[in-house]
Amino acid sequence: MSDMKSMSATELAARLSSGEIKAKEACETCLAAIRADGHNCVIGLREEEALAEAEAVDRERAAGLNLPPTAGLPLLVKDNIVVRGKLPTTCASKILANFASPYDAHVVEKLREARLVILGKTNMDEFAMGSSNENSAFGPVKNPVDPERVPGGSSGGSATAVALGLCPVALGSDTGGSIRQPAAFCGVVGLKPTYGRVSRYGLVAFGSSLDQIGPLARTVEDAALLLGVIAGHDERDSTSADEPVPDYRAGLNGDLRGVRVGLPAEYFPAELDGRIGETVMAQVNHLKELGAQVVEVSLPHTQYAIAAYYIIATAEASANLARFDGVRYGHRSRSSGDVIEMYRTSRSEGFGAEVKRRIMLGTYVLSAGYFDAYYLKAQKVRTLITRDFTEAFRKVDMLITPTTPTPAFRIGSLTDDPVSMYLQDIFTVTINLAGVPAVSVPAGLVDGLPVGVQVIGRHFDEPTVLKVAAGLEGGRA
Amino acid sequence: MTGHDWEAVIGLEVHAQLKTRTKTFCRCSTHFGDEPNSHVCPVCLGLPGALPVLNREAVAMAVKTALALGCTVHTHSIFARKNYFYPDLPKGYQISQYEMPFSSGGTVMARLEDGSERTMRLTRIHLEEDAGKSLHTITRAGTAVDLNRCGTPLMEIVSEPDLHTPAEAYAYLYRLRQTLVYLGVCDGNLEEGSLRCDANVSVRPAGEKKFGTRTEVKNLNSFRGVEKAIAYEIERQISVIEAGGRVEQETLLWDADRQNVRPMRSKEEANDYRYFPDPDLLPLVLEESWIDQIKSTLPELPQDREKRLTAQYGLPEYDACVLTAEKEVADYFEETVRLAEGTEPKKVSNWIMSEVLAVLAERAVPVTALKVTPEKLAGMFDLVNQGTISGKIAKQVFDRMCDTGKSAAEIVQSAGLVQISDTDELKRIVGEIVAANLEQAEQYRSGREKVFGFFVGQVMKATRGKANPQIVNELLKEALK
Repeated sequence: MSDMKSMSATELAARLSSGEIKAKEACETCLAAIRADGHNCVIGLREEEALAEAEAVDRERAAGLNLPPTAGLPLLVKDNIVVRGKLPTTCASKILANFASPYDAHVVEKLREARLVILGKTNMDEFAMGSSNENSAFGPVKNPVDPERVPGGSSGGSATAVALGLCPVALGSDTGGSIRQPAAFCGVVGLKPTYGRVSRYGLVAFGSSLDQIGPLARTVEDAALLLGVIAGHDERDSTSADEPVPDYRAGLNGDLRGVRVGLPAEYFPAELDGRIGETVMAQVNHLKELGAQVVEVSLPHTQYAIAAYYIIATAEASANLARFDGVRYGHRSRSSGDVIEMYRTSRSEGFGAEVKRRIMLGTYVLSAGYFDAYYLKAQKVRTLITRDFTEAFRKVDMLITPTTPTPAFRIGSLTDDPVSMYLQDIFTVTINLAGVPAVSVPAGLVDGLPVGVQVIGRHFDEPTVLKVAAGLEGGRA
Repeated sequence: MTGHDWEAVIGLEVHAQLKTRTKTFCRCSTHFGDEPNSHVCPVCLGLPGALPVLNREAVAMAVKTALALGCTVHTHSIFARKNYFYPDLPKGYQISQYEMPFSSGGTVMARLEDGSERTMRLTRIHLEEDAGKSLHTITRAGTAVDLNRCGTPLMEIVSEPDLHTPAEAYAYLYRLRQTLVYLGVCDGNLEEGSLRCDANVSVRPAGEKKFGTRTEVKNLNSFRGVEKAIAYEIERQISVIEAGGRVEQETLLWDADRQNVRPMRSKEEANDYRYFPDPDLLPLVLEESWIDQIKSTLPELPQDREKRLTAQYGLPEYDACVLTAEKEVADYFEETVRLAEGTEPKKVSNWIMSEVLAVLAERAVPVTALKVTPEKLAGMFDLVNQGTISGKIAKQVFDRMCDTGKSAAEIVQSAGLVQISDTDELKRIVGEIVAANLEQAEQYRSGREKVFGFFVGQVMKATRGKANPQIVNELLKEALK
């Protein structure tokens, strides 16, 4: 089973279906690899339950029952997605160190229906706040290519685990780039679906109007496979869309004739590392060979995106994280005093520095006297940014940009410089603000480090996004 | 600043719990009085990852209320998060409406105790969720929290500062409560907290246009409490100003035991709620046709019914007020009148106001639980009209009907209460009584007409009240000639 590390999820699923590989065997192989690994990308395993679920798949398959095509496929999920059971859902935070969820997230229900086997939970930036996976109560994750470097964040654990072959696919979440940036840094595929495509029920909220769950995988087809499992309407999430779920693997044939691809000038600024620009442009040339037409477009309000994003996301987060107060669950300080003191000490002890910084930022921008200047203004910018995309998508079907401005940086190099850290998201946050889907696909190497190319599509046009992404995948050196 | 006449300015904020079966944003039951924390789920517990989904039934009830009070119902409104920390608020914010509520404007047509009518304007009604309850007394270790109530739908009904006396505040609240109960959207129980009232109070010299500094008085959990607390606060503010001081803008708690107010501790009061639109909920969009459909289900409102009862049945205004205080009593009245053909509506009204309401008060039951249905009460009136029983016997019959639920005819039959209208038998009894009381008979004949009553009493005594009074009158007059 040594070849499982490089086997695609699609292939593994096929071999599981044919009975060539047993689900238990796949599960044990992954668990062993995870236990032996030193990148700190997995922070909780549900070994007993996973093995029992895998054995049940094998038993039913042996009995000739008709199982879903993904039955027995192992995966890891980011630790901000609640999974019912003994294994806590911590969000990599001390404040939820012992929180065992009494319910499953909608995506977890979907995974169970499709009989995938959840092995455990991946490391992340605390409450998904970060771009390096250094903000974790469980310690930083090491980049799979260079252990001195960060894997990106906040879904750094999921990206690393997939890159290392510890599991064929994983779930992450993306609020401003948290799937795509670590995918780029780790050399894997990461998709942020359209806002509303995947239910947020059971995803611990960071920025509710921006958050989406999505797949990380080693191939575009695998990402499409997992998206097909988790997508769909959920009446428990009012922002979930009642849109049909197509077969996302259907159009991945490399034929891009007639597809109009736009290059937004604002995403190729003069300051961009030339080697990243060249790598992305090599991919664009490959798309031309596949029949795509390439034109330059403009998204004129891009420069305001980071500011708007860090206002909206932190404002929402400041309210979303108010429930972690030590009253009903999670960390409660031992220090005595009245209830106000209990809130203060529990939250001071429970949250890490970056989470506190964002709660304070968000609280500030919503405060009386500042609300209009910050929150309202940011919402207006958001409207303009969304309009930029609408305008661009009148001319083209797809937009291509670099995923990140740099390759993976060294652990600790940006921790004292939050603004530089926030600028990591410069090419990804606009997509969340507009709610459109985007995928990061490996584009090549710069200094031996992976960099990604980002494909952005219209709302609910994941099929074309994935089709173009599959075309790019074929052209990688 | 002494020697002025003072005018008080009062605005009321009423929180009314909607009688939906399930909570505002989850499907948990709203049932009151069950085991603590037995109606909870990930959503109302504020568990990580849980999301709200709006209950359409709550919206329908709120819209119904707004339409009944003549408010403008907005087809587009927004839910906002109101942020503050409190142990009975699991999410750390309450989902409410702020900048764009679903309704604005509207009026309450109140009737003051002297019978005059006043129109009081509403600012807005919005929809929000209730918090849980902190229980400070059940454990020695500290405070316990019951989240059964958490997430129950509330309407916040805000009045304009149109009220000037505690009596007006009372009348406003009375009419508002009555309307909500008529609509079937709230059970209107102040003591149990399904209706809660806060008052904003300020005073100014009479004739002054500018408002004085206002205070907010909370914890008004009875109708009389509202009146007393406002009266107390008006007096307190006047005495502060007349002593040369200034009224502080603050929140006060009414203490019903001590009959005074105390300032809320500043820690109990959040100063900045940092409202912003809740990103978990889409804007609330109401179809015009849906609003019209709700409009078509509106029942007759109390002030309209009051007027109709006076016009249609010729009742005095006072009777109409008493009968329409509760919708079910008014229904009871009208149904009885309809069934008791040949009985004066005023007679039915008298009977309900004295006998029926007394029984309801004594037994503390609603009229709908009364065993004497309108049909049975009408049956009793029929027996009176036919002369089968007297009015006096009717009272006894009614009491037995209340206890047994039997019809008046059954009771009269089985207890032998049929009125004696047999002239021969009565003639015999009258003859005996006159013969046994010759002295009184002489007195009557010599002009002391009062003595007549004595003879009626004796006949009634001998027949245990069953004698037909009209016939007795005639026979006595004849015998005493």
